Amino acid sequence: MFDSSALLRQRFAALRSQAEFFSLRHVRQSFQSLSVRRNVAEPPSFSEDQGAMLTVRVKGVEAYAATADLSQTGLQRALEQAEGLAREIAAHALLDLGDQPVASGRHDHLSPNLDRPLPSLGEWLDLLARESASVPKDPRLVDWQASLGIGHVEQIFLSSAGAELRHAQRFLFPGVSVTASDGHDSQSRSLGRENFGQQGGLEVIERCGLVGASASVADQALQLLLAPNTPSGARDLLLMPDQMMLQIHESIGHPLEMDRILGDERNYAGTSFVKASDFGRLQYGSAKLNVTFDPSIDEELASYSHDDDGTSASKQFLIRDGLLLRPLGGALSQHRSGLQGVANSRACSWNRAPIDRMANLNIEPGDRSLEQLIAGIEHGILMRTNRSWSIDDARNKFQFGCEWGQLIEQGELKGVVKNPNYRGVSAQFWRNLSAVGDRSTLQVLGTPNCGKGEPNQVVRVGHASPACVFSQIDVFGGDA
Amino acid sequence: MTCTALQRFEDLVAALRDASRADEQFTLGYNAEHSRFIRFNHAKVRQAGEVSQASALLRLVHDRRQAEVQFTLGDDRQLDRQRLGEALEKLRRTLPLLAADPYLRLDESPWQSRDVQAQPLPACSDVLAQIEQGASTLDLVGIYAAGSICRGFASSFGAFGWHQANSFNLDWSLFHANGQAVKANYAGQAWDSQALAVRLQQARNQLELLGRPGMTLTPGSYRAYLAPAAMDEIVGLLGWGGFSAQALATGNSALQRLYNGDAQLSPRVSIDEQVTGSLSPMFSNEGALRRDVRLVGEGRALERLVSARSAAEFALQANGADSHESPCALSLAPGNLPSSQILERLGTGLYISNLWYLNYSDLPAARMTGLTRFATFWVEDGRIQAPVSTMRFDDSLYNLLGSQLEDLTHERELILSTSTYEQRQTGSSHLPGALVKGLTLTL
Repeated sequence: MFDSSALLRQRFAALRSQAEFFSLRHVRQSFQSLSVRRNVAEPPSFSEDQGAMLTVRVKGVEAYAATADLSQTGLQRALEQAEGLAREIAAHALLDLGDQPVASGRHDHLSPNLDRPLPSLGEWLDLLARESASVPKDPRLVDWQASLGIGHVEQIFLSSAGAELRHAQRFLFPGVSVTASDGHDSQSRSLGRENFGQQGGLEVIERCGLVGASASVADQALQLLLAPNTPSGARDLLLMPDQMMLQIHESIGHPLEMDRILGDERNYAGTSFVKASDFGRLQYGSAKLNVTFDPSIDEELASYSHDDDGTSASKQFLIRDGLLLRPLGGALSQHRSGLQGVANSRACSWNRAPIDRMANLNIEPGDRSLEQLIAGIEHGILMRTNRSWSIDDARNKFQFGCEWGQLIEQGELKGVVKNPNYRGVSAQFWRNLSAVGDRSTLQVLGTPNCGKGEPNQVVRVGHASPACVFSQIDVFGGDA
Repeated sequence: MTCTALQRFEDLVAALRDASRADEQFTLGYNAEHSRFIRFNHAKVRQAGEVSQASALLRLVHDRRQAEVQFTLGDDRQLDRQRLGEALEKLRRTLPLLAADPYLRLDESPWQSRDVQAQPLPACSDVLAQIEQGASTLDLVGIYAAGSICRGFASSFGAFGWHQANSFNLDWSLFHANGQAVKANYAGQAWDSQALAVRLQQARNQLELLGRPGMTLTPGSYRAYLAPAAMDEIVGLLGWGGFSAQALATGNSALQRLYNGDAQLSPRVSIDEQVTGSLSPMFSNEGALRRDVRLVGEGRALERLVSARSAAEFALQANGADSHESPCALSLAPGNLPSSQILERLGTGLYISNLWYLNYSDLPAARMTGLTRFATFWVEDGRIQAPVSTMRFDDSLYNLLGSQLEDLTHERELILSTSTYEQRQTGSSHLPGALVKGLTLTL
């Protein structure tokens, strides 16, 4: 672990620069993708990547250069390229960062159980093959896949102000999916995949529930194929955690990103219906809504000690009792806006610069068991597992779809329905939050696929949420 | 990097040939770029940087088993050879753990392809000066991405491909003080200051229209014109498995009813994967020589995109698709509507410049949802009346490009991908605008 530290430290110390501040962020990452599809192992795919970003500040203007050439000459060349660019853009720069504080901390952060070895490649493939083979033989089951992604990331951040921040993390992304088709309609059901990932070791597989799951996932796909469409109309909506994570992500996370509010993302990811003046004033949701930025839950995907600008990370309430308190804004956005934010300046790798990102964005649990949530609904629907997402560029008007729907009448779960969709407006939706599940309903989930930024970046984000009930939401089904 | 990237790749290929054994087969893909990225906000530089990166994708095949590893190259001949050797050893350790792959198909032809387009790019200072001159009084936000891109491929069967091009992509929006915005783009391989000035002026003209008092529509069905950029979002969504042989065979394609004959599009609709003449390399990273493929002809499904693996699994003929089986140069045939008559033929309805964030409401039914974004106008009697606030649509492709399609424009736009996920992308689409009798708005 951190095999590159001593050499990088030595080379960083030997760099020569006219800049008032400079930093080096070295990232080394590996990933392996394993999959068994329709009982045939797909070719295993591995990746090994490393490089460094040199960032400089020259007379208050910052610029960067990223290189995979980690020799002394290569790093010095990148540093000089960044310096040259900072001077070139100086007359056109939006920001003067001359008095922006710089990172100087020293800390190591490790994923839980990082020292415990994982099963071998052969053992993983055996596990996936068993799950694939557990899908029953039925001509309507036309596609199925058991998969596992494993990533290792080591990052070392060094600065001319003396910072030395090191992260070593391991991520697992297990999953199973099954598609049933009658030749005209098709329905898919899944466990994990894009909706689940955690830091850690073998225990992540257990928490996902992957082992032995395939048969029940296949059964649910067949149930959906035979089910009626979701009826249209207003109903109380019970969202399970694997849909709540998408709801949080799109209609709380993105609109609270400070760089969107400051306009940086207006050409691509979009803007926000939230204004800088709303913090401390806007009643974002009902009094039952409590939202935290929490980098301290060990297994959650974006738990870390410091962000990629070197700011120390800690748990903060973004929304308390429904009142909007602070944005998802890192040190630079805080400097620009004058608002208190969080440590969420993040980059996807060595070749992209840090920007405001979601990290772990969670809903705090309430006081109702799942049984109590269902019992409190007269005319409603339960939805689980996201499959479709669409929201406007201000993160306000949304439409989301799930794999699994189940009607609720007079406080009881009823029949399964297919194509469960719902739509609403973020600015009103969270005010309809009428009940929040307790800790027994909470799941720590996350996705590896949050895209944003120019140039584009994909990062891992974590979302822990209980099940939640929203009153009188517009739901509807599909055409089939 | 311009002249050395090819040498570096050739050196890597030679090292691999030396290191590989007689009973092993390999493919080696290569990606490299040297890019400058400059972000703008309020017509000033928000963030700027340079990225130099290169990577190789090595696939090793032995005894009907295969695995692959992608690894970063470090601009050092010895180091790169060392990493190649480590990758080779990793794969040699892996293959004995695998079962024979029944869907392994190797292209054993020694094809050759070379394409070098090394036009000079403008100096960064010139680009910044021109943007300042043309937009300093405007609220411009966006990105300038420029530099060289290299793609390479070699196989143990003697195939060799090289694609190298310098290109730029200035993608920006102009915002009105009322929050309305117009999107514009200037991309290509030969910078022309006058061409940029014209595009800036066109965007400026639209911005004036966006200053009119806005209007909000109620849900319902509306006559609409979808500009090529809006059409790009629709065909982009279809690219997610719509034409994929694997997705079509396994119930995961939005076009399964089109391909099984249960549904048709308008006879005006013909769709091709038109690689010839596009800016994409003629070969994929996995070594397939890309081909032009007619996907839809006069509203009826024809060919699908078939990778070598799908060809083996579903007893089809491979046609140059990589494993994702997504189009990289999709072309929609033009129609008969002259662009000069768009507003007149629209009459009363919506002029939609761009769509945003499309996804499926019901995938097997090809029912999709998304939102208007950037410069959407209400038109009455062929004249623009007012900008329209963001609206959501939810409608089936079989309506939009089927029963509701009135015409397609005679003129088309070549839209170059602005995507920079992991690396600058080379995809494109060539599209007309579409006049539709009814578009269903829901929110």
